[in-house]
Amino acid sequence: MDMEMIQYHPTTLAGKGFLITEGARGEGAHLLNANGERFMETYAPNKMELASRDVVSRAEQTEINEGRGFPDGTVALDITVVPKKRIHEALREIVLVGRDFAGVDITREPIHIKPGNHYTMGGVKTDIDGATEIPGLYAAGEAACVSVHGGNRLGANSLLDTLIFGRRAGVHAAARTKRVEPARPSKAILADEQAMIDGVIGRERGSGRRVSEIRKELGETMDKYVAVFRDEQGIQSALETVRRLKEEAKTFYIDDRGTVFNQDVLGALELGYMLDNAEAACVGALHRKESRGAQYRTDFPERNDDEWLKHIDLKMNGDGPEISYSDVTITEWQPMERTY
Amino acid sequence: MSAEPETRAEEQGGSTAPQEQYTLKVRRFKPDSGEGPYWQEFEVELDPTLSVLDGLLQAKDREDGSLSVRCSCRAAICGSCGVKINGQSTLACLTQIGEAHEFANRRPDEDGEGEPKPVVVEPMGNMPVLKDLVTDMESTHWTKIRRVTPWLLDDGDPPERERVVPPESMVDITQTIACIQCGACVSACLSMEADPDFIGPAALAKAYRFVGDPRDVETRERLWDLAQDPHGIYDCTHCFACVDACPKGVAPMDQIMRLRRAAGHDEEIKDKNNGHNHEAAFVNIIEKKGTLDESLLLQESYAPGVAGKLIPKPSALKGLLGSIPTAIRGLRSGKMRSLPKLIPGIHPKLPGDAQEHVKHIYEHAEEHREEVNLYITGEEDVVPEPDEEELSQPEVSTGPKENE
Repeated sequence: MDMEMIQYHPTTLAGKGFLITEGARGEGAHLLNANGERFMETYAPNKMELASRDVVSRAEQTEINEGRGFPDGTVALDITVVPKKRIHEALREIVLVGRDFAGVDITREPIHIKPGNHYTMGGVKTDIDGATEIPGLYAAGEAACVSVHGGNRLGANSLLDTLIFGRRAGVHAAARTKRVEPARPSKAILADEQAMIDGVIGRERGSGRRVSEIRKELGETMDKYVAVFRDEQGIQSALETVRRLKEEAKTFYIDDRGTVFNQDVLGALELGYMLDNAEAACVGALHRKESRGAQYRTDFPERNDDEWLKHIDLKMNGDGPEISYSDVTITEWQPMERTY
Repeated sequence: MSAEPETRAEEQGGSTAPQEQYTLKVRRFKPDSGEGPYWQEFEVELDPTLSVLDGLLQAKDREDGSLSVRCSCRAAICGSCGVKINGQSTLACLTQIGEAHEFANRRPDEDGEGEPKPVVVEPMGNMPVLKDLVTDMESTHWTKIRRVTPWLLDDGDPPERERVVPPESMVDITQTIACIQCGACVSACLSMEADPDFIGPAALAKAYRFVGDPRDVETRERLWDLAQDPHGIYDCTHCFACVDACPKGVAPMDQIMRLRRAAGHDEEIKDKNNGHNHEAAFVNIIEKKGTLDESLLLQESYAPGVAGKLIPKPSALKGLLGSIPTAIRGLRSGKMRSLPKLIPGIHPKLPGDAQEHVKHIYEHAEEHREEVNLYITGEEDVVPEPDEEELSQPEVSTGPKENE
């Protein structure tokens, strides 16, 4: 459910890709383009840097795309405007990140950042007890989609996935085990799984592409076409690439034939899941012909509640994801137009 | 905004820095091959500011997928990629490959071969190796962490809401809270090399996290336990290896010293290892003589002060006699280099009024027995500015870290 809703965090470190905490902007840091302009004035004059993540990420990406970024494809986060004492108290981790990973003293100079893939609002569809449609299968955390975040998670709210719904899932699953017998997979199923893993391990070197090559192409494709800005042509081309990679994944090979800590075979299995997830994200993004939350379609820039105030649910069948819809649960807070 | 997503075809990472060639020399071990460990060299090409971990992952991706290394965040937060680089225990993600290369080549080319030396990467020490750079953290690190009861022992009744403490009462333990459980200090620990049962730097730092927590109600019991254990707080030899190795500034040895002060000084726990008395002996001798008079050390450790010598306790005699073999070993191995040092009364005095200066240092320390927690006031190079005058009185937020 909601697999097209992929959040880009506004401040990931240039060249490294990991996070510079939102707390930096929370403490008052500015975002500047290469001309030294505080560009959020153009996009969200009332909230400035504190606008929600999708808004800030789009603003940054627009600056970068329109040539007002730095040559390394970034904009700057200027933390020097925060009092030093406060930086050392509240942003110490970022002081260390700047020093150790960017060679920058963030108390003295701005640091280069850009939007980076951060969080998947979508996931395995569950109820509020973490239960899925398959009896006995539970999902929790980022893998799950309880849908408390809608299309756009707010900072710190992933704690809901872990502390609240993770706990509920655990409690519910534990109670269930008291009522039902443990599942006993048949020998045939185990033999199939074993044969699948043996097949990956035993495949001849050079039979196809390396797992790492496919993974790299997948990442680059998704980051290019199913990212902050999307359009039909781009998503379609990504979907074609993903489907080609799925074919290629049938003949990939790995190096490690061992039985202890074989990360190679783990990586190969994970690649299969990544490809399925990427395909689902493409199909959802292509299908949702509007802009909402983390999904921004340049060819459909408006939100369209009449047609799209609903979840896109995907089910894997032999030919790929099958589309259906489910209703959005709306309680106290009614959907409104977002204006800054 | 243009409708051309191609315009953001920035390669992931977006780095424009020049690529350099490096050689990684990796200690490998394949447990199911029946062979012993061996060395393998990998040629990698990357921006010097990227990490040794990035280099390892490149070798794994391009050349040999069977090379195993644990990692997750690449940002020195998860603590997974503890390894030894050029012999130093650290995190692979926190070590820039350019710097590691310079370190490996810091000495002039002694063998005259003219070849640059490789960056040497090995699994962490003091732990069994499972495969390549992957060590068994369970059998050493986690077992020892569990040994120190690593959770809050509160007064039993959960309050209606969370337990609120003033931020300043938590300053003392913020340094230990920064631990990411990477095991670099355990890997570097020389005491643990000699005594594998030593509880060790990571677990003892974790112990201080609860000893120093105002909400914990079993402070004395914890300290008693760690002081009496022959592999406990008095098993550390002050070698600073853990302080050097720790990538997060936890300074485990400092936490062990805090435990000792809390146990021996605050709680006045007399440990059966004689650890507190031994430590006090150093302090007292130097206060009196200015430097360490080794001839007094053992007697002062076991029979402190005039009273201790007039009426020596049976345990003191036993301890002194028991130390004789150690002393002989010290003489034989050359650790105690001069025999006269063992004869009381000939210890040289400090020149001039240096002795007075030492006493003055002691007085000052007595008057100011508060520790400045550098982890909070932090950055040593902070130049005080008008708005920073209160910097010496740190306030910290102990609220939960924002989850991103």
